[in-house]
Amino acid sequence: MAPLVAITADVLDLQALTQAVAGAGTGDGAVTSFAGLVREQNQGRRVSYLEYEAYEPLAVRALNRILDEARAAWPTARLGVHHRTGRLELGEASIIIVAASPHRAEAFAACRYTIERVKQIVPIWKHEHFEGGEVWLEGATADPEDAAARETAYRIACE
Amino acid sequence: MRVTVRLFARLRDLAGSGELVRDVTAPATVQTIWRELVSEMPELGVYERTMSVAVNADYSRMSAAVSEGDEVAFLPPVSGG
Repeated sequence: MAPLVAITADVLDLQALTQAVAGAGTGDGAVTSFAGLVREQNQGRRVSYLEYEAYEPLAVRALNRILDEARAAWPTARLGVHHRTGRLELGEASIIIVAASPHRAEAFAACRYTIERVKQIVPIWKHEHFEGGEVWLEGATADPEDAAARETAYRIACE
Repeated sequence: MRVTVRLFARLRDLAGSGELVRDVTAPATVQTIWRELVSEMPELGVYERTMSVAVNADYSRMSAAVSEGDEVAFLPPVSGG
């Protein structure tokens, strides 16, 4: 059985994670999934490939924290999330999230909340290699205690 | 006392290494170690206002005390997903 949380250099397996979260006998009525892919164009640049770097032990902790937050907000939701590291080619999945619940609303919301929080607080970085150069992408200053950021993720999840 | 410093992404590139060992005088905080690094490598200083810090792979603050053998990490703004 696939672990519910993983940082891995291996190709991500959505079917295995779905099986781990929402396998037979759970009685759930809904399962949603999200996969983030390496996109061809980014901010006007033609992307060649991405390299993902993680501070692995803290990234695992942060992912577990996010799943705890999501389960607290949607108590019927069950979740799994895997994030890949290393070199990824165009179209490959960098992250997969699976959320299952008795009803669809909680599954969709918990799934959306998880990806929004990943972008806020998980110590992973994209090194973009594009035609003509390379750049480290930098998004949010990670602060898991920032209530406003958490609230933003929650609001997006409930839209 | 001896601490291990971990640097990631562009901070690692700027420093030329992702792992450094430093001897600092006790008592020290994360801030003490950061100041020492920046005096050694001033180009790191641009991250002071946007980075996060961790001690022993747990998010922490600049004011946190650091002990012998700790791993102190400096993290540029994240871009996972």
